[in-house]
Amino acid sequence: MKKIILEVEGLSRYFRVGGLRAKGFLHAADDVSFTVKQGEIVALVGESGSGKSTIARVLAGIYKASKGEIKFEGNSIAKNSDKAVRGRMPMVFQDPFSSINPVFRINHGLERSLKLHRKGLTKLARKALAIELVEKVGLTPGAEVLRRYPHELSGGQRQRLGFAQALASQPSLILADEPVSMLDVSIRIGLLNVMKDLRDHEGVSILYITHDLASARYTADRMIVLYAGQIVEEGLSEDVVASPKHPYTRLLMSTAPDPRLPYVEIDESGDLGEPPRVIDPEPGCRFAPRCSLVMDKCRTSSPVMVQVSPTNRAACFALEKD
Amino acid sequence: MSTPILKVRELEVEYATPNGPAKAVGGVSFDLEQGEFLAIVGESGCGKSTLLFAIAQLLTYPAAMVGGTIGFDGVDLSALSEEELRKYRWRDISVVMQSAMNALNPTLTIGAQLADACRAHTEWSAEKIAERSHEVLTMVSIDHVHLKSYPFQLSGGMRQRAMIAMALLLNPKLVIMDEPTSALDVVAQRSLMSQIQSLRNELGFSVLFVTHDMNVVSHFSDRLAVMYAGQIVEIGKTRKVFDEPLHPYSAGLMDAFPSLVGAPRQLLGIPGNPPSLVAAQPGCHFAARCPLVMEICRVNRPELLEEDSHAVRCHLVNAVQV
Repeated sequence: MKKIILEVEGLSRYFRVGGLRAKGFLHAADDVSFTVKQGEIVALVGESGSGKSTIARVLAGIYKASKGEIKFEGNSIAKNSDKAVRGRMPMVFQDPFSSINPVFRINHGLERSLKLHRKGLTKLARKALAIELVEKVGLTPGAEVLRRYPHELSGGQRQRLGFAQALASQPSLILADEPVSMLDVSIRIGLLNVMKDLRDHEGVSILYITHDLASARYTADRMIVLYAGQIVEEGLSEDVVASPKHPYTRLLMSTAPDPRLPYVEIDESGDLGEPPRVIDPEPGCRFAPRCSLVMDKCRTSSPVMVQVSPTNRAACFALEKD
Repeated sequence: MSTPILKVRELEVEYATPNGPAKAVGGVSFDLEQGEFLAIVGESGCGKSTLLFAIAQLLTYPAAMVGGTIGFDGVDLSALSEEELRKYRWRDISVVMQSAMNALNPTLTIGAQLADACRAHTEWSAEKIAERSHEVLTMVSIDHVHLKSYPFQLSGGMRQRAMIAMALLLNPKLVIMDEPTSALDVVAQRSLMSQIQSLRNELGFSVLFVTHDMNVVSHFSDRLAVMYAGQIVEIGKTRKVFDEPLHPYSAGLMDAFPSLVGAPRQLLGIPGNPPSLVAAQPGCHFAARCPLVMEICRVNRPELLEEDSHAVRCHLVNAVQV
């Protein structure tokens, strides 16, 4: 049994919306619980507004949790996350063009990160380690790459560099927030392979945040499907994709553009709807307005996660046996 | 066989750069039939958007069309003056831009923006404009109350559909779309594509659709053109290109994205980067990245040769056929 390194329990994050007098709270993430084991890639899948980035940002300490408990390597980090924690759980950002300082050579950011997080290394050792790090993510020859400026690298190379910088602090978990969505389709796969490599050879865990179900299946061991701030289904990636249980996961599957799948006619009167902005929600399933299996019960009470197969869980009344 | 609505012949576009002209589009030719849906796919920088801008005659410095003709309904658009082009724009050819966020004016209501386009291109009365605006909005399944809405009050999918409504105001024969779905979530993406399809069946316009994600069009386009380094490398029936890609580049693209079906397997994508378009080397543009490269590929640039309405630019395929 592998060690659990991240344990999230009942995590919620609310944002106040409206003017000074309007008191509304947007529930960006609501009562989210999951775990990440050592050496495991877990995908958080959802459309925009599903709360997947909010969760990553709370974990990274950019936002504070409104409620809930986060245990990282045994320590609670929900209230305060110090620099040491951030080093053990770095983030790779979506946009490779704005996340690297353009005025310094590549080695600057990398060696600086080593200086901050790996105290006690000599300057020479840092230089050698920097070369090793960029070569680990497939940027070769390392010494030459480090001498370049960011503008001399392509989007895919920059994103690889993002992973090298994350590796610099010897992390146990990397938060990867849509790391490939701004890259060309033809080079995305290379980066997904880098993530799998890091898992297999460096033993790091990765929380892979994405809207693309197919890439989540390719990369992640387990996936968690989010809708409107809540987890609706989670389980082993292969099982979720082979037999999606929640109606929302099924909707995602049937709309995913995939030339290898037959064209599925969907009953659509023009619009399949979009996820709601959840402001001060009433009880009830948040997917109910778009759901084809909706029952009376769904509108009045919220479903909870139930075991739907030995490895998968989903939150839906239609799946519960009465 | 009807005559094609659009006949592009040997179209060449260059960008002026400090290092000499970069040939972004190098001799592209194709026909588009009345009512046909042609998708153009390729990596960023392959010239696909430049090609669209050239066809719509919207190129501005540093880009300039340096050769070829664009026959629309028997008239060469590239020979017309701005004043003469105005007669075609919007009435016959309309363009849907990539990001509705930026293409809609945030300070005007949808209704005002529709009316603005009508006033610029027709002599319609206010009643006629109101009637037609109502009509096109209903066509794209947006309730007409949104004529009074501002762009920020619409969801991403609705904004993009409003853009399409605007493009259809004057019943164009050709609608040019530049990645209209790339900012949308998968579910919204799917409903937009179905919408475009049913409108096309109903109104009979032709669609020229550019995207970097060929999955999006796999079930919708009649024909598919794959572009690489400013040239079409393969063009044919969409299904055929997907099922049996003949050019190594198309084959690589098909193999570059994970699928939701089939056994999990390691994908490799296409290693390397597209070539520089300034001072291009002789030989095939793809030679440096091609897994099947032969000696002749480095010396001779292959021609786009057609057989059974499926054309490929590759020595390998053409040699076998001879």
